[in-house]
Amino acid sequence: MKTASAIALALGVLLAVAAPALAPAQTDCLACHGDMTLQDASGHSVGVDAHTFAASLHGSLPCTACHTTIKEYPHPEKVTPVECQSCHADQATGLAGSVHAKASAQPCLSCHGNAHAIFSKDDPRSAVYPLNIPRTCGSCHGDPALAKKYGLANVYSLYMDSIHGFALSREGLLVAANCQSCHGSHHILSHTNPQSPTSKSNVPKTCGGCHAGIAAGYAFGVHGKAVAAGNLKAPVCTDCHTAHAILQPTEAAFRMQSTPICGSCHQDKLSTYRDTFHSQLGGLGGYVQTARCWDCHGAHEILPASDPRSPVNHANLVKTCGRCHAGANLSFVQYQPHANARDRKLNPALYFIRLFMNLLLIGTLTFFVIHTILWLIRSRYSQIKTRSAEGGKNG
Amino acid sequence: MDDLEAAAAESWEHEEKEGRHFLRFTRGQRLLHATLFTTFLGLAATGLPMRFSESVWARGLARAVGGFGAILFFHKLCAVVLTLAFLIHVRDIVTRAFIHREKGIFWGANSMVASWKDVKDLFGHIRWFLGLGPRPQFDRYSYWEKFDYWAVFWGMVVIGFSGYAMWFAPFFAHFLPGWALNAVLVIHSEEGLLAILFIFSIHFVNTHLRPDTFPMDMVIFTGIESEEEFKTKRPKEYQRLAAEGKLEARLAEAPGIWQLNFSRVVGFTAVAIGLILLVLTLSAYFWH
Repeated sequence: MKTASAIALALGVLLAVAAPALAPAQTDCLACHGDMTLQDASGHSVGVDAHTFAASLHGSLPCTACHTTIKEYPHPEKVTPVECQSCHADQATGLAGSVHAKASAQPCLSCHGNAHAIFSKDDPRSAVYPLNIPRTCGSCHGDPALAKKYGLANVYSLYMDSIHGFALSREGLLVAANCQSCHGSHHILSHTNPQSPTSKSNVPKTCGGCHAGIAAGYAFGVHGKAVAAGNLKAPVCTDCHTAHAILQPTEAAFRMQSTPICGSCHQDKLSTYRDTFHSQLGGLGGYVQTARCWDCHGAHEILPASDPRSPVNHANLVKTCGRCHAGANLSFVQYQPHANARDRKLNPALYFIRLFMNLLLIGTLTFFVIHTILWLIRSRYSQIKTRSAEGGKNG
Repeated sequence: MDDLEAAAAESWEHEEKEGRHFLRFTRGQRLLHATLFTTFLGLAATGLPMRFSESVWARGLARAVGGFGAILFFHKLCAVVLTLAFLIHVRDIVTRAFIHREKGIFWGANSMVASWKDVKDLFGHIRWFLGLGPRPQFDRYSYWEKFDYWAVFWGMVVIGFSGYAMWFAPFFAHFLPGWALNAVLVIHSEEGLLAILFIFSIHFVNTHLRPDTFPMDMVIFTGIESEEEFKTKRPKEYQRLAAEGKLEARLAEAPGIWQLNFSRVVGFTAVAIGLILLVLTLSAYFWH
């Protein structure tokens, strides 16, 4: 009994002596800050949910590990902001060079959420868990006012309606591309910066990070080779698929929008395609089965027609056309899907047939329009004459 | 009751005053025309959106009938019905001419084949337009009516053949060279356009909308016209039949009021649809 009280006394003395030198333990802080209704002088909540904090990534750290300027109790009314970079130096460096460097007073918390409820990015409770990222980024990038202010597209809604957005939000697919899959996380750069994974020359590599097979085919095709050679006029993934509103390519909407995209560069091919049945039938909503550019040319591994591996190489046409036109033979594939009836040198037969049909149309109509107009005038004239002779209303 | 009887008597008297009526077109001929204009309107309404697929109204129209699959289906349906009507007509001509040895199918006043008189009538008519001569005396079929007939006949062969060549392209490729598959679309659309522009402007005005027949010549719907119409429109035929004593054989009862009203509804609907399509076509041409 005597021994026990002696130890207790010794401990008490030791604690009393040591206390001013040691930082306050979590429990000491939570004695006040555990009250969720606690507010500072300016009305900001300074309460901490002790349970959530204990479960969070930083739960094992003492409060002063982050709130480094607090040395004693009672602490001053004004405390300096927490500096995450004292531990997370790499991320802070990345952020400082990114488009978000000046985006917010507390840039870390903008994305990572409540400072006392930070979880691992693999934890569904985390604001940066893959399935939560679009909503986190969307809290700013889904705001039309902000989009307008910075001249950005309202990318959140575009993304959420895209094939990636569907996979993520509807299927909960963790591997579906979310914002940071393409843009990165801390060191996010403008697509105009050549270092950015979303800069035009880097797009094939960025998308290829998941779509490796497509990327290999693309690199093999004319567009991929041109981009690799530094010709940035050639299309990369996003030029055809768009960056955020990416659709399932078999979807009607994509089949409808894609031809003009190819045509924005291949204007002469688009105008001749427009003259054909494929386009006339396919140009209207609802009927999307008719051949679009890539149905014949391929989508990613596009090769010149002179290449024997190209689906539009003469040796492969029976097979390529036959995919839609059952029974296509060698004569059938002589059909020219880009014939130009206005070009006498290129398609003389077609040119003269069109000329004949036009002359027939213009000739017939011109003759009969004159004939009919003369007839109308003469009929009306004799009608009035007859009526006036009879003392009618025109008399 | 008295009022009703008086009204009936009055209308009878009115009918009597209208005088004699004559049959111009048989039921078969009227049915052929009805089939022709119904399917033609259908073909035009579904064909034009394809020809001008980039125009705003084309997409709207396609959506309205249930997408483009539906438009193509109706186009083909009308084409098949019209083809059947055409074949029945051709069979009828062949049977009458070669089996029954009917005279006057390929020549003479009742024939659709052009004659020297038609050339003279054309020039005579133009002289009359310009006030340089008397109005030609037309027989059963005038030169512009014969032109309408042959324009449709030629159009049917050309548009029909090129249409089927596209519909069954791999089959036709067994007989046709590859470039012909390019040509058939040009031919089909240009000839179709000519037919549409011609029917919805020239035919409508020449036959229905000109002052002498305005607003509509009912004879193609009822088959029957008044003696006065017969005499002024086709004096040559009237005189010929009178001289041959065959006029009475063509006598017919005046068309009933229901028949006239039904014909008016159908006729004006067809003309209205045609004129709308004409405006759309011209708008696509000039504001594309």
